[in-house]
Amino acid sequence: MIRKAKDINEETPWQEMTVGGEIPEGGTARLTKTGEWRSNVPVWEQDKCKQCLLCVPYCPDSSIPVTAGKRVEFDFDHCKGCGICWKVCPFEAIRMEKEEKA
Amino acid sequence: MSIPDRLSGNEAVAHAMRQINPGVFAAFPITPSTEIPQYFAQFVADGLVDTEYVPVESEHSSMSTCMGAQAAGVRAITATSSAGLAFMYEVLYVVASARLPVTLACVNRTLTGPININNDHSDSMGARDAGWIQIYAENNQEAYDNYLQAMRIAETPDVRLPIMICQDGFITSHAVENILLEEDAAVKAFVGEYKPENFLLKHENPLAVGPYDTCPYCMEHKVQLAEAMKHARRAVLDVAADFEKTFGRKYGFFEEYRMEDAEVALVLIGSTAGTAKACVETLRAQGIKAGLIKLRVFRPFPAQELAAALSHVKVVAVMDKSEGYSACGGPLYAETLSACYDLPVRPTMINVVYGLAGRDCAVEDIERVYRHLLRILETGETGEKYIHMGQRSNEQEVL
Amino acid sequence: MAYNHKAELSKPERFVGGHRLCAGCGAGIVCRAMTRALDEGDKAVICNATSCLEVSSFLYPYTAWEDSYIHSAFENTSAVCGGVEAAYNVLKRRGKIDDTFKFLAIGGDGGTYDIGFQSLSGAMERGHDMAYFCYDNEAYMNTGIQRSSATPRFSNATTSPTGKVSDGKQQNKKDLTAIMAAHNIPYVAQTTFIGNFKDFHEKAHRAIYTPGPTFVNVMAPCPRGWQYAAEFLPEICKMAVETCIWPLYEVVEGKWILNYEPKKKLPVTEFMKLQGRFKHCFRPGNEWTLEAAQTYVDAQWEKLLNRCV
Repeated sequence: MIRKAKDINEETPWQEMTVGGEIPEGGTARLTKTGEWRSNVPVWEQDKCKQCLLCVPYCPDSSIPVTAGKRVEFDFDHCKGCGICWKVCPFEAIRMEKEEKA
Repeated sequence: MSIPDRLSGNEAVAHAMRQINPGVFAAFPITPSTEIPQYFAQFVADGLVDTEYVPVESEHSSMSTCMGAQAAGVRAITATSSAGLAFMYEVLYVVASARLPVTLACVNRTLTGPININNDHSDSMGARDAGWIQIYAENNQEAYDNYLQAMRIAETPDVRLPIMICQDGFITSHAVENILLEEDAAVKAFVGEYKPENFLLKHENPLAVGPYDTCPYCMEHKVQLAEAMKHARRAVLDVAADFEKTFGRKYGFFEEYRMEDAEVALVLIGSTAGTAKACVETLRAQGIKAGLIKLRVFRPFPAQELAAALSHVKVVAVMDKSEGYSACGGPLYAETLSACYDLPVRPTMINVVYGLAGRDCAVEDIERVYRHLLRILETGETGEKYIHMGQRSNEQEVL
Repeated sequence: MAYNHKAELSKPERFVGGHRLCAGCGAGIVCRAMTRALDEGDKAVICNATSCLEVSSFLYPYTAWEDSYIHSAFENTSAVCGGVEAAYNVLKRRGKIDDTFKFLAIGGDGGTYDIGFQSLSGAMERGHDMAYFCYDNEAYMNTGIQRSSATPRFSNATTSPTGKVSDGKQQNKKDLTAIMAAHNIPYVAQTTFIGNFKDFHEKAHRAIYTPGPTFVNVMAPCPRGWQYAAEFLPEICKMAVETCIWPLYEVVEGKWILNYEPKKKLPVTEFMKLQGRFKHCFRPGNEWTLEAAQTYVDAQWEKLLNRCV
C-alpha cells in the first residue's frame, strides 16, 4: 500500500513509498515545523497594528495568515524569525524577542 | 490484415509513430535519425496526427520536453543518435528516476569522437545503466514491430520505465526493405490509450515530480527502479505474446538461430545478425554446427535465459559493436560472460569488437570468427580473449 | 483592474510554510507573490530549475507547492515547461481536460542567466505560453555563493573572492532582462520587493496572463550570500531601486516603459554599504571600486532612460 506524505518517514519500506518520488498531494511541507529553527521570535502588538497588511507579502514563510481581510497571529509552526516583518512594519506593531525554547 | 510495403527503418518507425499519434514529439535533427522527425513533421503538416510537435533547440531540450510532457499526462516521444543521445544523458537518468515511460527511437551511430556518422552501438551502450529499457532491431520490420510494442511495455503499471527502440544507423535506418505494416486501427487498438495514475494536469489532485531526495529516501527509490526493471522482463514477454497473437510475428528476449545443436556460436546485436545468418547457413551446409544468438532486449538483460541458451555450446564469440575501453572487452561480452558464470559447465568465451564507426562486416568476416572458434574447439587453446576485428594493422592480428 | 492589496492577500496561500529556505530568503517571497498573481480558479504547473528553491521546496515527501510541480535538472526547466504546455495543448484539443492551467517556470540566476540560458532562449523563441520568473540573488547560492554571470562587479563570491590582489568579481553583471527583451517576446519585466507589492503583482499577473512566452526578472536578496542580517531585505530592495542598480521597468510588445524614477537618484554606496559582499570596496585605497561601480550604473541607467518611452 502506497502511503500519503504524512505517513512516509525514515522507517518506511521502499515498497510503501510513492513511485519515483512523486507526491500526488499539495502543500505537504506544512508537516515540517520550521518554527523550530527560530532563535528570535516576532511579537505582534495588536493595539498598534493598523491592519495595513504590509508585513504579509514580505514573509518568506507564509507565516502571517490573513483571515477575513485581517492578519491574525503568526503561524509559529513555520515562522523562522527572520525579522523582515519587524523591519517592514510602519507602525512598530511587531517587535523581536529572543526565542524561549521549551 | 498486414500491408506489404517497402520502407527504410526510419520510415517504418515514423509510420509507427503516426499510427500511435502520441501527445508530444520533441524534435532535434542528428544524422542518421533526422529523417524520423522530418517524416513526422510532414505528418503534422498534413494533418495526419494531432501531436504537438516541439522543434527544440537541442537534444538536451528534446528529452527535457519529453519529461515535462509525459509527466503532464501524454505520451512523449523523440528520436536521436550518437552525440544527441550523449547530450541527453543527464536527463535520461532523471526521466527514468521519475518513472516516466518516454519512448526514444535511437538510430545507433558511433559516439563522437572523433566525429563520424556511421553505425556502431557506442551511443546507446553508454546509456545502458540509465534505467531505460533497451530493445534492438535487426531490420526495418523489427524496428517497426518493436516500436509498436514499446509503449505497452514501458507503461505497464509495475514497470513505468522509459524505453529506447534501437536500430542500426544507415544499415537499417536508410536501407529500403520489404516490410509488413499493420492497419492504423489495429495498431491503435493494440497500443491503447495512455492512462497514468497521476499526472501534472490531473483534475482531482496536484502532483509534485522530481524531489530533492535525501539519503533516507533516495536509495529506496533506486531500489524501486531496479525492481521495475525486473518487472520489465515479464512485460516484454507478455507484450510480445500479445503481439504475436495479434499480428503473427514472434518476439522474445533474443532470437536463437540454429542453436539447437550448435557447438560454436556468436552472440550479437542488430543488423549484423542478417550477415551472420547467411554465414551460419554456409557453415551448416558444410556440416559445421554453427549457431547464432541475436539479442533483442539488452535492458532488462535476460541473463538466465541467455545462459540457458548457451549452456550446451562449446565455444562462443560475443560480438560487441562498441568499445567499452575497459581493457578487457565490450559491454555485451561483460554481461554475457557474467550471465554464464553460474552454469555448471561454461562455454569458452571470447570477445570480438567489430564494426566500430561503420567499419564494414561482411559474411567472410563473420566466417573468420566462426573458423577461429572452431580452431579453439579443436586445439583447446583459447588464446587472446579480447580481439578487435576489421582494423588495418602492421602485425598479424588474431582475426 | 486596480491593485487591491487586501483582496490579493486574502487569497488562499499557494506556496506554504514549512519549506526549508533560509530565514529571510528572497526566493520564498518571490514564490508567494508569483503564485498569488494567479487568478483564483486557475490551476498552474510550476517548473523549477535545480536551485536552493528546489531542494528546499520539494524535499521528499514535502512539497511547499499547492499546485502541480516538476523539477528535472539545473539547466532545462524552460524545456520541461514547454513540454508540459505542449501536453496541455494536445489534451485540450482532444477534449481530455477542462481545467485552465497556467505554466510558470522559476529558476535562480545560475539556472537562468547561465546554465539554463540555452533552454530559456529556445523556449522563448518557440513561443510557449509560459511565464518564466528568475529569482536573481546574484550568485550560485545553493552550492555556496559562487559567482554567476549575474554577480555584480566587485562582489565577493567564493569563486571570485577578494584577496591581496583581487577586488572580488572582475566582470559586470549580465543584462539578462534586456537580452530577454531582445527575444521580441510579448512581455518582459524587472521588479523586486517594493512597498505593497503592487509593482511585483501587476507584472507577475501580466506575465502570467499575456499569451505567449514572458519573462520576469526579480531581484531577490540572499542574506547569507550578500552578508547582511535577514531583516534588512526590504531596505536593500529599496536601495537597489533608489540607486538605479535595479530599475523597475517593463517591455510590453517591444515598448520599453520605466515604472519608477527616483526623485533623487542615490549613490550606489547606499546599496553596497548594507552588504558584507562589498565590504572591501569601502576600505581606504579602494575608492576607485565605488567610482567604477557608480560609473557603470550611471551608464546603464542612461541607456535604459533612452530606451524607455
